[in-house]
Amino acid sequence: MSDVANHITIVEEPEETLSMNPRKFILWLFIVSIIMLFAAMTSAYLVRRAEGNWLEYTIPPIFTYSSIVLVVSSLTMHWAYLSAKKDNFASLKTAITVTFALGMVFLYMQFQGWVELVNQKVFFVGNPAGSFMYVFTGLHAFHLITGLFVLVFALVAAFRLRIHAKSLEQIQIAASYWHFLDILWLYLFIFLVYFH
Amino acid sequence: MATVAQNTATLAHVEEHEHHEPHSFWRKYIFSEDHKTIAKQYLISGIFWSVVGISLSVMFRLQLGFPDMKLSFLRPILGSWIDETGKLDPDFYLALVTMHGTIMVFFVLTAGLSGTFSNFLIPLQVGARDMASGFLNMLSYWFFFLASVVMFVSLFFETGPAAGGWVVYPPLSALPQAHKGSEAGMTYWLVSMALFIVSQLLGGINYITTVINLRTRGMSFSKLPLTVWAFFLTAVLGLISFPVLLSAALLLIFDRSFGTSFYLSEIFIGGEALPNVGGSPILFQHLFWFLGHPEVYIVLLPALGMTSEIIATNARKPIFGYRAMIASMMGIAFLAFIVWAHHMFVTGMNPFLGSIFMFLTLIIAVPSAVKAFNYITTLWRGNIRFTPAMLFSIGLVSFFISGGLTGLILGNSALDIQLHDTYFVVAHFHLVMGAASAFGLLAGVYHWFPKMFGRMMNDKLGYIHFWLTFIGIYLVFFPMHYIGIAGFPRRYYAFTSYDFTKHIFSDMNSFISVAAIFTFAAQWIFVWNFVYSIFKGRKAPQNPWKSNTLEWTAPINPGHGNWPGEIPAVYRWPYDYSKPGAKDDFIPQNVPYSQTPESNLPHENELIPLEKEIEAQNLNDQFKQPH
Repeated sequence: MSDVANHITIVEEPEETLSMNPRKFILWLFIVSIIMLFAAMTSAYLVRRAEGNWLEYTIPPIFTYSSIVLVVSSLTMHWAYLSAKKDNFASLKTAITVTFALGMVFLYMQFQGWVELVNQKVFFVGNPAGSFMYVFTGLHAFHLITGLFVLVFALVAAFRLRIHAKSLEQIQIAASYWHFLDILWLYLFIFLVYFH
Repeated sequence: MATVAQNTATLAHVEEHEHHEPHSFWRKYIFSEDHKTIAKQYLISGIFWSVVGISLSVMFRLQLGFPDMKLSFLRPILGSWIDETGKLDPDFYLALVTMHGTIMVFFVLTAGLSGTFSNFLIPLQVGARDMASGFLNMLSYWFFFLASVVMFVSLFFETGPAAGGWVVYPPLSALPQAHKGSEAGMTYWLVSMALFIVSQLLGGINYITTVINLRTRGMSFSKLPLTVWAFFLTAVLGLISFPVLLSAALLLIFDRSFGTSFYLSEIFIGGEALPNVGGSPILFQHLFWFLGHPEVYIVLLPALGMTSEIIATNARKPIFGYRAMIASMMGIAFLAFIVWAHHMFVTGMNPFLGSIFMFLTLIIAVPSAVKAFNYITTLWRGNIRFTPAMLFSIGLVSFFISGGLTGLILGNSALDIQLHDTYFVVAHFHLVMGAASAFGLLAGVYHWFPKMFGRMMNDKLGYIHFWLTFIGIYLVFFPMHYIGIAGFPRRYYAFTSYDFTKHIFSDMNSFISVAAIFTFAAQWIFVWNFVYSIFKGRKAPQNPWKSNTLEWTAPINPGHGNWPGEIPAVYRWPYDYSKPGAKDDFIPQNVPYSQTPESNLPHENELIPLEKEIEAQNLNDQFKQPH
């Protein structure tokens, strides 16, 4: 026994303790919890849909256009990040403002989508197929509004010159969250189109 | 280089080292961002809720044990829920069991247990100044407080609090006209739980971030105490499962308040059809139990982690199978997500699917047995010191085994047909989850009280408390298995009106009720000991249990930032107890191998040159002032 122990030589390297930025890490964990929220919703959708008695309706085309708007807003968000990296403050402020405006346009288009659903006689109260549509878009819109608040904070910081090439943390967090909201919507939209 | 001797030397001038401006009363004790204060807030809230929760159970035990008893003496508390003849209102009976379950599972054993000890121990044991975000941590407590207020208020409604069981299955919970408790009580239940989930997510995100990002120099994952591993995995479970409960609750809110039909279909009330069609009540059960099952481990894992630490410390032996303990906790955490449907064997599920879930469920026995054997082998031939904390930890092992064995029976989808929703289930989960976790909580309080309040709890009262509670819990829950096998269903107001229950087991039900009241009475010894010791307890020494983990290197009353000087670096695992050749029977984690040549093993001598590298690592000090 001791013979064996003597022969085994375990050389343990001292591991550098991870020092990721805690605030960015918190954002990622927050994103995980949002993913789980929507994962639960979409699996509930699938389970319910498999049981039959499912209302068929066409998804209003405006949701396609709003998706494009949101993708464009992600691009402008990235533009904001690149501007911050290059210390180009004028275009940083413009880019954040444009992203914010596109976010508002997206929300308005989502609302128009609801109006068109109502015109198609697909109501929130009624067959769960329609209810789920409202819940998905509504919950995503709620998270997008929180994203708009993050943008406002970033814009204020940009005006106070607190975002620059040496201090990118805030714009990185805002951008990551915004891109996540974009990807989340694309997931929901493709999901709704595919499992229709 | 930080050693114990040097650290104790610095203690003398802790006061002068107070480098943060003193906070006002409000910032220091109420809206505090200090993890130690938040932990104490959670602990005291948890104790308050446990008194409320257990009192409710005593009330319904009186009804179950003595169905003919005149309960008029409860009228000052329960008011018109006791009618003129002194009988408990059957509607309120359902509210009592519902609120007992909700309060004990969520407010005591989730918030009171993880909230207290994750907050208190994670920064102190990984060597951090505080949580990653003190502000989010404070928010977490105050969301919990708000949830508590909402839940507490709902107890006093004229229509009573929620009464659909702690699982709040629709349609009962979705239709206000279904039951008195489904009116305002249920609305408040949902609001309270939504706030509670937010609180748990904020807390859990903080715990995970702190464990990953704020460990001190040298504190690799393979040197973390098992407590921190358990808190970490618990937080991961919560982060993944609580949002699912939020989804389920959200859809339930839409069904209740906006008329949607996610969970409702073709229901007739008083001969009238409701407009809701197309919903599925089983959908709620899937969503609920996807949280509900991990929740069992959210409650239990912290208790298992803390008792691993306490048992190793007080057996004066390294924990047996450190890596096996971690692996089994990971195994339990993973399996927790793929067994939820064993709560739903009798919902008309496809029997083939049932057998898959049965198989997955029974696999949990493997990591659980690994843990149980590791506890026993750690105790085996140790120099056991029977402190109150140690007794409660051994009590936990006992409950974990005796309650876990019945899990094997219940996990079987064929046997579950007979046992589903009987007192057998009640006995099973009260032992393995309720009593075991409660013992973990009590063990934790007895063990870390000196660190929390700088004073010792009274040992004698601790021993009396342990024996009365330990015996009392077995007297309550052991007989319950027989009642369950006999087919007595849970959540029934009285068994006197059914032929199959009328003449049997009424004496045993009375016995259980007497034992429950006895056990409840014994808890006041603890409450007294706790409150008295905070103010009048014996002053605690630096390291009362001669323990290895980092929290005992901090000052007896750690200030804001935990360590007055540099945070100690870590060189070894936390379980070097009774190491052959060592001059003491414990070597704290911050003692380098170069100082203990007499006890080093060959491979540990090779680590000595690496100590310089550990010390050269960045301080990882979130306050950015190494003093």
